[in-house]
Amino acid sequence: MASASDELWILGIHMTNFGKRPESDIVDLAAEAVSGALSDGGVTMKDMGVIGAGNLMAANAGIGQQLQKQLGQTGIPVYNVANACATGATALRVAAMAVKAGECDMGLAFGVEKLSGAGLLSGGSRKEDSSTWTPSGRYGAVAPVDGRIGTEIMPGVFAQIGMEYGHKYGGTSFELFAKISEKNHSHSTLNPKAAYTKKMTLEEIMGDVMIAYPNTRPMCSANCDGAAAAVVVSGAKLKTLSKEQQRRAVKLTASILTTDPWEESCQILPDVNTLTRNAATQAYEQAGVGPSDLDLVELHDCFATAELVHYDNLMLCEQGGAVDFFNSGATWRTGTTPVNVSGGLESKGHPIAATGIANVWEVATHLRGEGGDRQIAGAKVGLTHVIGLGSACGIHILEKSAA
Amino acid sequence: MAKQVPLVDYLELGDDPHLVANECTSCGARFFDRRNACASCEGTAFKKAAISTTGEVRAYTIVAFAAPGVPVPYVAALIDCAGTSVRANLLNVTPDPEHVTLGMKVRLITEVIGTDDEGTEAIGFGFEPLGG
Ligand SMILES: [Zn+2]
Repeated sequence: MASASDELWILGIHMTNFGKRPESDIVDLAAEAVSGALSDGGVTMKDMGVIGAGNLMAANAGIGQQLQKQLGQTGIPVYNVANACATGATALRVAAMAVKAGECDMGLAFGVEKLSGAGLLSGGSRKEDSSTWTPSGRYGAVAPVDGRIGTEIMPGVFAQIGMEYGHKYGGTSFELFAKISEKNHSHSTLNPKAAYTKKMTLEEIMGDVMIAYPNTRPMCSANCDGAAAAVVVSGAKLKTLSKEQQRRAVKLTASILTTDPWEESCQILPDVNTLTRNAATQAYEQAGVGPSDLDLVELHDCFATAELVHYDNLMLCEQGGAVDFFNSGATWRTGTTPVNVSGGLESKGHPIAATGIANVWEVATHLRGEGGDRQIAGAKVGLTHVIGLGSACGIHILEKSAA
Repeated sequence: MAKQVPLVDYLELGDDPHLVANECTSCGARFFDRRNACASCEGTAFKKAAISTTGEVRAYTIVAFAAPGVPVPYVAALIDCAGTSVRANLLNVTPDPEHVTLGMKVRLITEVIGTDDEGTEAIGFGFEPLGG
């Protein structure tokens, strides 16, 4: 049994509106999220002992120190982190580890990204062929290989991940994957912070621009601007704070990060399955809960094809049973295990480094009973999941305060 | 005949074109790129292993929207070649879900992808459906 000092809590948390934010630069967005998280927790920069700072697209720019220049240069250690789409979760892990290790009793984590107008095709590029074939790189390639030896574009990579699941277990189809997207776009209509809040019919989703079969445009995560931030506090410190702070604090019962262990085909198609399953196993054990205890899940639906496999990887269903599980209606907000009631990355949006903290904000908001129109009634336990290709998987499990 | 070079160094040309992997001598893990050590067992000795030229499509996507300069649509696939996974395009098949199927049996073929200023042809590879 953990002593109070071993406990971790989210004291304050905030996410900005996601979408096009031309009026705010990257530091403004970070400052908006951090100010929001600090005031939500009733604390200031002076209370923080560490900062985990996440930004991917300008990872060498020292976003943590840039943030300090705007909100308070207190001299505390900053860890600027970049871990693909798991960057935000990694920043949160940094703050959690520092508090858990006893180096400080409060830590700040934030993630910020500006991606509006970035287009869909991160991961794919084609330079001109050179005028003389010259081998380069670890494959000795004489010319660009994207589109010549399979695909490097993310919608195509994740399409194959969903298709591989279908080949292994059966039951998948273009329509099935589109229905997953229909669910998330439907959920987004209740989320005022989402980048896109328009309900879409199955016909509209299937009839939209095809990117990489079976992923059409609305089945892909939406590039947008946004930031999210959280304050982590130790159990011992929380006991010294006000009753109101204790009431609204949300317990962080598991904080896990894994990478992809070697698998036969991982050099060909990134394996997003094994590391998620490993992270989930560790997280459930650390939190002392199982999948059936979860009242809501925010998982990494970077593409509709990805959401399906993660039902299985997170063990929300029996192995091989993700299609039946989805078809039962379980993952709609009215179902037994609501998944992505925020609208998910497909509609809420995916400002990369913000995502792994924004999903914690979503779950924490429900656990606090502050979800407004989209509140999952009586939510007590929730899980968040992100995957960064390369690969990294972050999982956090949160529990409602008993105070 | 024009001088030819393979698109990647793991494509062996000649009368019987095939892919060649670096196989870890201690655990058998196969890698198409150069590795400092085996990602599976940390072994540092590798030998060349010829990969089967026939296989089965385990996953695919039909890319309809790509970076400038990449012709679309094209079919990208993960092919299981007798236990070794291979990434390649599917060729000589209509790029739509009625013609491309999971589990489809395919074989390796080569094609000229271009000729440089010195008249040398670069040879790429892909897989086409096995007849029947
Ligand atoms: Zn080995």
